[in-house]
Amino acid sequence: MMTTLTMTQGGERDHPGLKVAEHDGPAPKRIVTAYGFWIFLLSDMVMFSCFFATFAVLSKQTAGGPSGAELFDLKSVAIETVCLLLSSFTCGMASIAADVRNRFWFQLAMAVTCLLGVAFLFIEVREFANLVARDAGPTRSAFLSAFFTLVGCHGLHVSAGILWLLTMMAQVVAKGFRADIQRRIICFALFWHALDIIWVAVFSVVYLLGSAA
Amino acid sequence: MFGKLSWAAVPIDQPIPLIAGAVVLVAILAVVIWVVVAGHLPYLWREWITSVDHKRIGVMYVLLASVMLLRGFSDAIMMRAQQAVAFHSQGFLPPEHYNQIFSAHGTIMIFFVAMPFVIGLMNLVVPLQLGVRDVAFPTLNSVGFWLTATGALLVNISLVVGEFARTGWLPYPPLSELTYSPGVGVDYYLWSLEISGVGTLVAGINLVTTVLKIRTRGMNYLRMPMFCWTTLASNLLIIAAFPILTATLAMLILDRYLGFHFFTNEAGGNVMMFMNLIWAWGHPEVYILVLPAFGIFSEVVSTFSGKPLFGYRSMVLATMAICIISFMVWLHHFFTMGAGPNVNAIFGIASMIIAVPTGVKIYNWLFTMYGGRIRFATPMMWSIGFMVTFIIGGLTGVLVAVPPADFLLHNSLFLVAHFHNVIIGGVLFGAFAGYTYWFPKAFGFRLHEGLGKAAFWCWLIGFYVAFMPLYAAGFLGMTRRMQHYDVPEWRPWLMIAGAGAVIILAGIIFQIAQLVYSIRHREELRDRTGDPWDGRSLEWATASPPPVFNFAVLPHVAGEDAYWAMKAKAKEQPRHEEPDYKPIELPRNSPTGFVCAFFATIMGFALIWHIWWMVIAGFIGAFATFVAFAWRDHDEYEIPADEVARVDRVNLAERRNLVTAAESVR
Amino acid sequence: MNILDPQGPVAAAEKTILIDSIGIMLTIVVPTIIAIFAFAYWFRQSNTRATYLPNWEYSGRIELVVWSIPTLTIILLGGVAWIGSHQLDPARPVPGTGSPIRIQVVSLDWKWLFIYPDQHIATVNSLTVPVGAPLHLELTSASVMNAFFVPQLGSLIYTMNGMVTHLELRADNEGTFQGLSGHFSGDGFPDMLFDVNVVSPLSFPEWVASTARASSQVLNAESYEKLAQQSVPKNRMTFRIEDPLLFDAIASQKLPPGPGPQLTDNLAKSTSRTANVR
Repeated sequence: MMTTLTMTQGGERDHPGLKVAEHDGPAPKRIVTAYGFWIFLLSDMVMFSCFFATFAVLSKQTAGGPSGAELFDLKSVAIETVCLLLSSFTCGMASIAADVRNRFWFQLAMAVTCLLGVAFLFIEVREFANLVARDAGPTRSAFLSAFFTLVGCHGLHVSAGILWLLTMMAQVVAKGFRADIQRRIICFALFWHALDIIWVAVFSVVYLLGSAA
Repeated sequence: MFGKLSWAAVPIDQPIPLIAGAVVLVAILAVVIWVVVAGHLPYLWREWITSVDHKRIGVMYVLLASVMLLRGFSDAIMMRAQQAVAFHSQGFLPPEHYNQIFSAHGTIMIFFVAMPFVIGLMNLVVPLQLGVRDVAFPTLNSVGFWLTATGALLVNISLVVGEFARTGWLPYPPLSELTYSPGVGVDYYLWSLEISGVGTLVAGINLVTTVLKIRTRGMNYLRMPMFCWTTLASNLLIIAAFPILTATLAMLILDRYLGFHFFTNEAGGNVMMFMNLIWAWGHPEVYILVLPAFGIFSEVVSTFSGKPLFGYRSMVLATMAICIISFMVWLHHFFTMGAGPNVNAIFGIASMIIAVPTGVKIYNWLFTMYGGRIRFATPMMWSIGFMVTFIIGGLTGVLVAVPPADFLLHNSLFLVAHFHNVIIGGVLFGAFAGYTYWFPKAFGFRLHEGLGKAAFWCWLIGFYVAFMPLYAAGFLGMTRRMQHYDVPEWRPWLMIAGAGAVIILAGIIFQIAQLVYSIRHREELRDRTGDPWDGRSLEWATASPPPVFNFAVLPHVAGEDAYWAMKAKAKEQPRHEEPDYKPIELPRNSPTGFVCAFFATIMGFALIWHIWWMVIAGFIGAFATFVAFAWRDHDEYEIPADEVARVDRVNLAERRNLVTAAESVR
Repeated sequence: MNILDPQGPVAAAEKTILIDSIGIMLTIVVPTIIAIFAFAYWFRQSNTRATYLPNWEYSGRIELVVWSIPTLTIILLGGVAWIGSHQLDPARPVPGTGSPIRIQVVSLDWKWLFIYPDQHIATVNSLTVPVGAPLHLELTSASVMNAFFVPQLGSLIYTMNGMVTHLELRADNEGTFQGLSGHFSGDGFPDMLFDVNVVSPLSFPEWVASTARASSQVLNAESYEKLAQQSVPKNRMTFRIEDPLLFDAIASQKLPPGPGPQLTDNLAKSTSRTANVR
């Protein structure tokens, strides 16, 4: 009965009248890796949505403490935003350089991205330190807890991104543009751009709406 | 130096956890010593601990789940014993201990039994069913498993060092806040779930990518076996729901560690936000568990009826409908919070709507049996037991989705009976059906049928004896989590329930006996064909156990029930030419997962006890592991075509011999 | 405590919905269970009389039926749920005879405080109400979450610190019924039982007067703070109330939440063994 079972046969029991294109088989690694990373980013977005929702719920719970309008310095936040948006641009340049396997431009673009990211973090940490010094730290009220957590979570992501960025730079120095390293560069770029998108939401929801209120 | 940790953390004064912990410790040490002395360590390290083979990882998940099932069940039997005796007395468990036990029972059973069991089966089977050689991210898969194991380990450490949460399996604030739970119990809970939650998320990403991107030629979406569909749905839910859990627990951690005010009574914290967030994860979680079980039943019922699954497309639609609706019902967990009639009614009706696709599934299994030739092997017994039990659980579930009925039954033992009805009758029976069904695939020999059936009957009868009385106690107004009581009407029901737990214990003993017996008599139970149940999907098309590359040549699929069609075709037009074997590339084994979990354990333990230098050390270790992993030059190895051909020829010859033998008997 | 033996209109209506819903579902559940056994038995492999349909996998008619049966049931039950949710909303007033009684309920670690603001008295773990009168309950918690539940009067409702929930009840028969906490709240949780004494409308004022006379203590910020500490009271305490806004002070957190367990030297574990004392 199964004497000659070969693996290239299949059933014909498909639904009549529904001729669909046949699936080609497993996707190449580059696609699989990037696809999986996209899914990870989506799950990360879900996590951020939780912090956004929490912030929205708690944004009026100042417990007699200062509100966003009293605390936020839009000018420094604007500089932060510019840093991050520019870093996304340079990160894009790095991706192009990686595509054409140009080490010099890749390292240069990544280094600039890193500097912009560090500048962003520096401004953020300064803002946090400033708030804590003004007795508006996260333990002051539920509103400030939610603020520090949401913005801080983004900041942690940027820090992790910088750690990753430096690792990628070192890997390219040591190994060159190997296929697996190229895949990681794609993932890193996706990550960095996603942080940008989240920051745009943070900027609008937390700072712009918060200052307006 | 050691944060909050001191010798006082060891519960010298509490004999039960101390003895339990000591027994576990001795058992673990004995196993480790045996492994080392007998020289099995290199084998274990090479073939299991560092393995990135999805089949091995799947088996390890199921093993973890089985061990934790024993732990969770010991908690259960202690609770049943306590409630059977604690009438007008304190029983044998003081409140601080009893409260840890029910918290640990729930946490363990959901996160470290049900979750790893279904994830393990998905890992083992899905790539085989899709006709491919591996999952999308083999090394990450290993990381995911080991992080889950880390969570389980931390929960068990709490038995002997410190204490576990005393807040219930979901740590509702403000009870779980530092003010009301100053001990480390809640911290154990939080960190073990944060760590294992990362593991689960990784598993979810891996399996979704596998199902969506790694399928063999011709394996269109609407040709995938039902189990692949439910795997997809369940893992999509993991990806959407687990980040919510991570975020929510992170907020509670910030409250407890850094004095934030998310859920505190003071400074504007909002308790109801916790309930909304935790159930926005918690309700989908129920479907994360039960959907794979539905998939297993679909495979089993169709195989043992000798028929294709009835209404395949309906089933797919029902699965995806459940996947989506499950995110819109979380509020039914707190109708009694005074949300207002419109909100309650809308969420009540939404919850009931889930019963429609679920009901459709039951009917489709029913009509799969219609016109079949049903073989009552153990997996089929579990499936029929499930269908009947689950309908009752569904009935009581819809009942508590009617808000006015819930006003009487909320948090009562009726509710406890309901969710055990669906989780034991649905998830656990499904897991056991899958375990018996796929065991020969994983190990190459079947499990003993008689002992399996004995275990089934004990579990089924034990379940009814243990939980039907709880429905009755719920009608008598008994709430859950009572360490003692003095209402005489409750007592008889709780004593019957205790007897039920003993019957379930007999079921577990039969399962252990079955495993031991089957291993010792494995030659008699050997499955040489790779297809012991006359299966329909591709996992039966390869040898048992499958070679590391699963398929010598990737199958080409042209319809549903691909392997059934292959068998039919082979019968009609026998062909003799050999396929064109090619070399196969596979990922190298890697200790990344294990080492990473080692550091995660250190970090988790240090965080629980506020040992900050150790936290930093753990973090650096984990990061260094990843960099070292990324630095590898060769992440794949090649199996030459000759070797592939040799393995495949052995398998084909084995099948050919058996078929000839079978025909000569006929 | 039997919820199938209701003693008031709310519990009675909820019981009716409960029984009706079970009835509606049983009409499809019982035939389905019978069909499972029947199909499994008839189509067993050894039954040579059963027809084997190895390729039968689809029937539009059956599909239609299997989608409609649960859908129709759920539409029916959904109607029950919609109407029931509105009619039995816990905050919806219940008509009754005699003047309504206002009761303010505070769940503490681990006891219930019942404040009668109009009668200027308060009781612990004992609730006395006149038969037939509408009961307006306002509920809050002094510390962690709890749930107020008198099974024979119906409608469990949560109590939460900093929030007030509302519940309307009525008791139709005299007698003593038991109430409990329906949400786990810590080590003393199983002892959070309270008696509900339903007395005749005539004896209620008498009870109020005798309670006021017998109470030596006044419940104010000071005695409340003592009461809010974790303990399981051994006897039924009663208090006089001078401040009619005491409940509002608790609910609005003017009186701070309960302190939780007292820490001992061992930071790893908290002791709250008071719960062992009964």
